[in-house]
Amino acid sequence: MSNTVIKVEDLSKYYRLGLIGGATLREDINRWLAKIQGKPDPLLKIGQQDQSHRKGDEIWALKNVNFDVKEGEILGIVGRNGAGKSTLLKILSRITAPSAGRITLKGRVGSLLEVGTGFHPELTGRENIYLNGTILGMRKAEVDRKLEEIVEFAEMGKFIDTPVKRYSSGMTVRLAFAVAAHLEPEILVIDEVLAVGDAAFQKKCVGKMQAIAGGGRTVLFVTHNMGTAAELCDRGLVIADGRVAYDGAIEDAIREYLRPSSTQKLELGKQHFRGHLLDDISIRTLSVNGIDLGQQILITPESDLVFTFSGTSNIALKDFDLLITLHKDGARIVTVHDSEPGTALLEGHFTSTITIPARTLRPGTYTVGLGGERPGGGQWFAGTDLGEITILEGWAPGYERRSVGVINISAVGERRMESGPAR
Amino acid sequence: MSDRSAQQRQADYFGQEHVTVIEPHGSVFDLKLRELWSYRDLIVLFVRRDFVAQYKQTILGPAWHLIQPLLTTVMFTIVFGKIAQLSTDGVPPFLFYMAGTVIWTYFANVLTATSGTFTTNSHIFGKVYFPRLAIPVATLFSKLIAFAIQYVFFLGFLAWYFFDGAAVQPNAWVLLTPVLLLMMAATGFSGGIIISAMTTRYRDLTVLVSFGVQLLMYATPIIYPVSSLPEKWQFWVSLNPIAPIVEAFRYAYLGQGTLDLPMLGVSGLVILVLLIVGTVMFNAIERTFMDTV
Repeated sequence: MSNTVIKVEDLSKYYRLGLIGGATLREDINRWLAKIQGKPDPLLKIGQQDQSHRKGDEIWALKNVNFDVKEGEILGIVGRNGAGKSTLLKILSRITAPSAGRITLKGRVGSLLEVGTGFHPELTGRENIYLNGTILGMRKAEVDRKLEEIVEFAEMGKFIDTPVKRYSSGMTVRLAFAVAAHLEPEILVIDEVLAVGDAAFQKKCVGKMQAIAGGGRTVLFVTHNMGTAAELCDRGLVIADGRVAYDGAIEDAIREYLRPSSTQKLELGKQHFRGHLLDDISIRTLSVNGIDLGQQILITPESDLVFTFSGTSNIALKDFDLLITLHKDGARIVTVHDSEPGTALLEGHFTSTITIPARTLRPGTYTVGLGGERPGGGQWFAGTDLGEITILEGWAPGYERRSVGVINISAVGERRMESGPAR
Repeated sequence: MSDRSAQQRQADYFGQEHVTVIEPHGSVFDLKLRELWSYRDLIVLFVRRDFVAQYKQTILGPAWHLIQPLLTTVMFTIVFGKIAQLSTDGVPPFLFYMAGTVIWTYFANVLTATSGTFTTNSHIFGKVYFPRLAIPVATLFSKLIAFAIQYVFFLGFLAWYFFDGAAVQPNAWVLLTPVLLLMMAATGFSGGIIISAMTTRYRDLTVLVSFGVQLLMYATPIIYPVSSLPEKWQFWVSLNPIAPIVEAFRYAYLGQGTLDLPMLGVSGLVILVLLIVGTVMFNAIERTFMDTV
């Protein structure tokens, strides 16, 4: 108990809906005048209820969150978009105040929600190191001590006295991360800032993060990257709908996070498809790895993608392909078929499975389509926007950052070398 | 009170010195000056940033600090002195206007810069915590440097005129300068803070600031001595807390006008009230303004 360094008790935060932003003095005065005259709010749209009588018009970004963190622990905070992770982080780093509850922190807190906060384009790299460092909570003497190290880590060299506005975006990001990585508070709160720079620098960043984490520092780490989470953290906290959904070992937390949030099924019907065969062939179900499409589906790159769909056909076709298409940013990436060319489709019920081997698709979100066609054209049906799947960043260290692109293909490489002095 | 005991309980729980407690409501009068002090390096760097970055890629650089008041003074001398022929109570118009401009500029600069504290820095405030007061405090100092340059410039002109036999009598009240400056700073600072706190919700005010400052200048005896006003108007000008400060400044250096100590005291009280209101508003807004920006 004595080494608890963060204690979060009944933490809640709400945002009022409708009243945020867009307010001008005139509107507020109008509203106030109407209120003292007992008239309804003049700015409400017709049919809208009077805000002042609606107490429940607020959204709870966090509700009764409780957890403790012990000294030296590395806690991964995961959750879907909008679950409340960022709000939690903002309260922990004192950017905004909670609506209820309390957090007690023991030790200096450094928070890293963005790299390069407060960088001034007109100032030189060196001046910005000092500015950014002190903004993040370092003393000037501390920056003095670490200046060499920071410059070296950022691979800046002779550009250090050039104004930052002349830097390439990559250089700026490298410098910013270098400053942040040399912070030495007892508690470090980090948002997903690792995804910066080129592949080589990212690798260096992960290495640095591991070193920081291994150095006995308490770290709170918010990420979407399950690979990094599994690699860096010992304990995981899953936030869902503003509450702590799971608190325990990181492996279990990740499993909990990957579990689909709702059991709502996609009701496939005619409206999803186009083509000539709509009345003859109907698709009833479509799932990926056993999860019905239409939900947010997260898949690790280490698992195969198994598409399963079923339906009925009112006609017999002697040469018919059923196929799945994957789209990214509007472009079709791949088409995969459920059978060899020339396979017949019988009248009656059918169930097909198509497997895309693990590590074929790069991390990212893909739109799933399903269709059928008779080779040579003429008879077809297709639906292109039936749901989304998201391939997460990789698990295996070193694997995920090796390349970028949309798909991984197997290629054979060979390097022949002769060692000796270069000619 | 329950707050205090709760904090005490927490301190016992951890039994350590560096404990931060984050709660929904803090004390509205607490400026957390101790914490601000621990961030003094940041304030110094902000001052440096404000000062250095302002004149990067300009040909004249810091010389602008001299050109601005000089041109303003020359313009006032021509327009109000020569064309409108307003009285300056026998003091050379050039010195009269310069004295007013130099001290007014400090006030106006502080007010304008401070009033943008929350809106112009929301990108930093939204990403990292440091005492928010560091920004307006840094503004206070960076504008003070500009004032110092202009002040020395003014003293140069004053000496020139003095030895040239002009009707100016600098006197012992010059020693009051730091107090006058502090009062100007406090007014600009608290006025700016109040506007800044309100602009997080009402953006209208940002438009009003530069315009308002200009209007306020005409309501302050910068281009005219209070003595040149009709009796009944003098009362209204004396309601302006910075009017006696400007008058006192000019009296100390030029020997013209009135040094009304009771009025100066009253304006001191008004400034104190402004400062308290500003502090309360700043503390109230600081905690949650990120939700409304």
